[in-house]
Amino acid sequence: MKSNINRREFLGRTGLTLAVVAAPSGLVILALNKADDSSDAFSPTVWYTLAPDGRVTVMVSKVEMGQGTHTALAMIVAEELEVDWNLVQTEQSPVRPEFYDPPRKSGMVTAGSGSIRGMYEHLRKAGAAGREMLVQAAAKKWSVAASECEAIQSQVHHRSSGRSLSYGELVEEASQLPVPEEPRLKEKSEFRLLRTSVQRLDLPDKINGKAKFGIDTFIPGMVYGAIARPPAYGAKMRSYDEAAAKSVPGVHEVVEIDRGIAVCADTLDAAWKGRKALNTQWGQGVRPDLNTENMEQELTSLLDTPGVSARQDGDVTAALEQADKRLEVEYFLPYLSHANMEPMNCTVDVGEDRCDIWSPTQAQTRVLEAVQEITGLETDQIHVHPTYLGCGLGRRAQTDYDREATQMSKAVGRPVKLIWSREEDVQYGLFRPANSHRIAGALDAQGRVTAWSHKVAAGSFFTFPNNPDIDVAAVSGLRDLQYQVPNVSVDYMKPDLPIPVTFWRSVGNSHNGFTVEGFMDELAHAAGQDPVEFRLQHLEHAPRTRRVLELAAEKAAWGQPLQGAQARGVAVFAAFGSYVAQVAEVSVDEKTGKVKVHRIVCALDCGPYVNSDTVAAQVMGAVTMGLSATFKEQIEFADGGVQSANFFDYNLLRMSEAVDVETHIVDSDDSIGGVGEPGLPPTAPAVANGVFAATGARIRRLPMTPERVLEALKKS
Amino acid sequence: MAQITLNINEQDHTVQVNEDVPLLWVIREHLQLTGTKFGCGISQCGACTVHVDGQPMRSCQLQVSRVVGRKITTIEGIAEDHPVKQAWIDIQVPQCGYCQSGQIMSAVALVEKNSNPSEEEIIQAMDGNLCRCGTYTRIKTAIRQAAQEVRNS
Repeated sequence: MKSNINRREFLGRTGLTLAVVAAPSGLVILALNKADDSSDAFSPTVWYTLAPDGRVTVMVSKVEMGQGTHTALAMIVAEELEVDWNLVQTEQSPVRPEFYDPPRKSGMVTAGSGSIRGMYEHLRKAGAAGREMLVQAAAKKWSVAASECEAIQSQVHHRSSGRSLSYGELVEEASQLPVPEEPRLKEKSEFRLLRTSVQRLDLPDKINGKAKFGIDTFIPGMVYGAIARPPAYGAKMRSYDEAAAKSVPGVHEVVEIDRGIAVCADTLDAAWKGRKALNTQWGQGVRPDLNTENMEQELTSLLDTPGVSARQDGDVTAALEQADKRLEVEYFLPYLSHANMEPMNCTVDVGEDRCDIWSPTQAQTRVLEAVQEITGLETDQIHVHPTYLGCGLGRRAQTDYDREATQMSKAVGRPVKLIWSREEDVQYGLFRPANSHRIAGALDAQGRVTAWSHKVAAGSFFTFPNNPDIDVAAVSGLRDLQYQVPNVSVDYMKPDLPIPVTFWRSVGNSHNGFTVEGFMDELAHAAGQDPVEFRLQHLEHAPRTRRVLELAAEKAAWGQPLQGAQARGVAVFAAFGSYVAQVAEVSVDEKTGKVKVHRIVCALDCGPYVNSDTVAAQVMGAVTMGLSATFKEQIEFADGGVQSANFFDYNLLRMSEAVDVETHIVDSDDSIGGVGEPGLPPTAPAVANGVFAATGARIRRLPMTPERVLEALKKS
Repeated sequence: MAQITLNINEQDHTVQVNEDVPLLWVIREHLQLTGTKFGCGISQCGACTVHVDGQPMRSCQLQVSRVVGRKITTIEGIAEDHPVKQAWIDIQVPQCGYCQSGQIMSAVALVEKNSNPSEEEIIQAMDGNLCRCGTYTRIKTAIRQAAQEVRNS
């Protein structure tokens, strides 16, 4: 590829740097990222291709796990390029440095509700640059000023003469032009696509069985893999019967890998039968006595230890002593599984000088690094092929299953497709950590919160770079408590448990939304104030939080009477740069302890958004997952390992318990926030606060089973 | 191993398999009709739902020898313009999409049997199909739309 522009002039500047080449496929807009200018070839970031037939292929660097990011990323480009949406398609970008996530370019990951946030400005500029070049190209052809021309839906028009040329006709001319460094971005009033509702590009394949998930990968010569794993954490293998496994028809190899004994066979059925025939014997685990009860006791007993201070504002002890009213309560939330509908799986072909890996991964470059570590190949010999993901939810940012499949393929010298059973998916998960809290609060005579002391014990997976003793997730929403309180202390206690933990949709906010908003409701009640009013009084400094709270309250007719025994609960929480308030309408059967949620009204401020229907869908999905955690989910432990096994004992919310969600998106021009996760944290507290409003029973533990509701009713 | 002939989507397919293998794996591995998904292996999630003689069944626990001579339909065998598929697009039901083949197969069986299902009947037909993305309320809306389309046709 050759360029007629001086790349040096774009190097070393901030913002987007673009170049253009004429490729056989058409006009290619390139972003230069390499500081190395010694080579003639570009190492560019190719965000889209405009073909001579007018079709635009947007390269999407983020993976599609249901959040609609492929469509949204394409919409951003299409908007600024001013292209006819019917001519737009997407292509999953390869895992190469030119596609690494801006601005740091350290890798590729789809997580943290960060795809649109991270790509929005970048892709807008890329699209706008192309639009300006196409206008320039037409102007040149007509020998008129570019200012007399305008791009409209894949055509450039010359206003005074009425002439027009299609984008496809301008490809060659445009590719000769220099790339504008700071192209003009559209005004909001010019948007045709952004902030509208657009049908998703991936859905036609998802209703006809054509969408390819990781589990749908087929490679010539591949074998199916299954792994016998220790039943208890840290248990060591004692023996296994290789001959018995190999006598199962279709079984080829039995190999030891890091995490167990792997069987490779012609079919998955044979691999699973072979695994059973291994009759692997395991020793005791590292904590053979571990079970659900003593895990909880261990976490909760840590609350009596000093822990590590994550925040210390003012004098909490003195403020609690001087309080007009004080409150001290404990909350507990369990370990949770991601329970992605597509079980963990990966297909790998490790060769002498090349490795291909097909993975439903959220972390493309972590997969690359894992393969490199295991095979010793160079990064340019490793080809990571991200597939569609049957949900991700944070679980698929881990590479444990990629590593297993890679080790197996390396050991047996042929392609291996590893599919976990549902039981493996539940029992060898990395969970949302269980968390135990002791919270104390002080109110003055005017009903203002004067102190908030929050102790939290939870497993750690993600620490502050400058303080490796504090888990970021455990204290999120606490260290940055959204309410204005003069005296705040946050202390973190790290348990010594062998249970692996990781990111789970909304991460630490999934539990601190519950504890903060539950406790705030308790304080409002103690102060004898309306829960919405009480919150607003402590949010004077937080206009976006106030705005969503007021909007949700208004749309839910907060304060107006409801039918029968129904009552409303409210919660508001900010996470991932977005602000979400929810009002839940609930009723409680006081005989059975069954809670019914009639409706959830949600207000969201995520700043500029892309596809309004996708935003509503993501909020609905987050609320539904939040309800599932509210009512159903809990990992059980026994004999040093995980006892829960499948959907009969790790229950997910079903249609019969689904709730209508009414979402109101704030028309906001404030900073852009994420959408996939922030809808989850307010759901459980809004429901629990509604249960309190209906019955006077305060729920401080999840899941909110009928037994626990009955127990709380007795105490109320 | 046995030679077994299956009628899937109105075509006969002959495969060499163990008679006790679940139909799911024959559909997916031997015929590479991958629209039918594996979710739990114990009929708890509905991702593997296919039709056997028009009835929705979980293929993960259905031994292949039991469906010889019966009419099997997978997601690939449901017409693109079926009212259920159309409604799924109109309502923009799928998110990750993994469970949606099974959801659609359960919904097609429902509306073909009952073109005016009540809320309770929809839930009864669909409660065995899990969706982790949380698309349930859109599924209900789409089924109502599809049922109306079936009634009007």
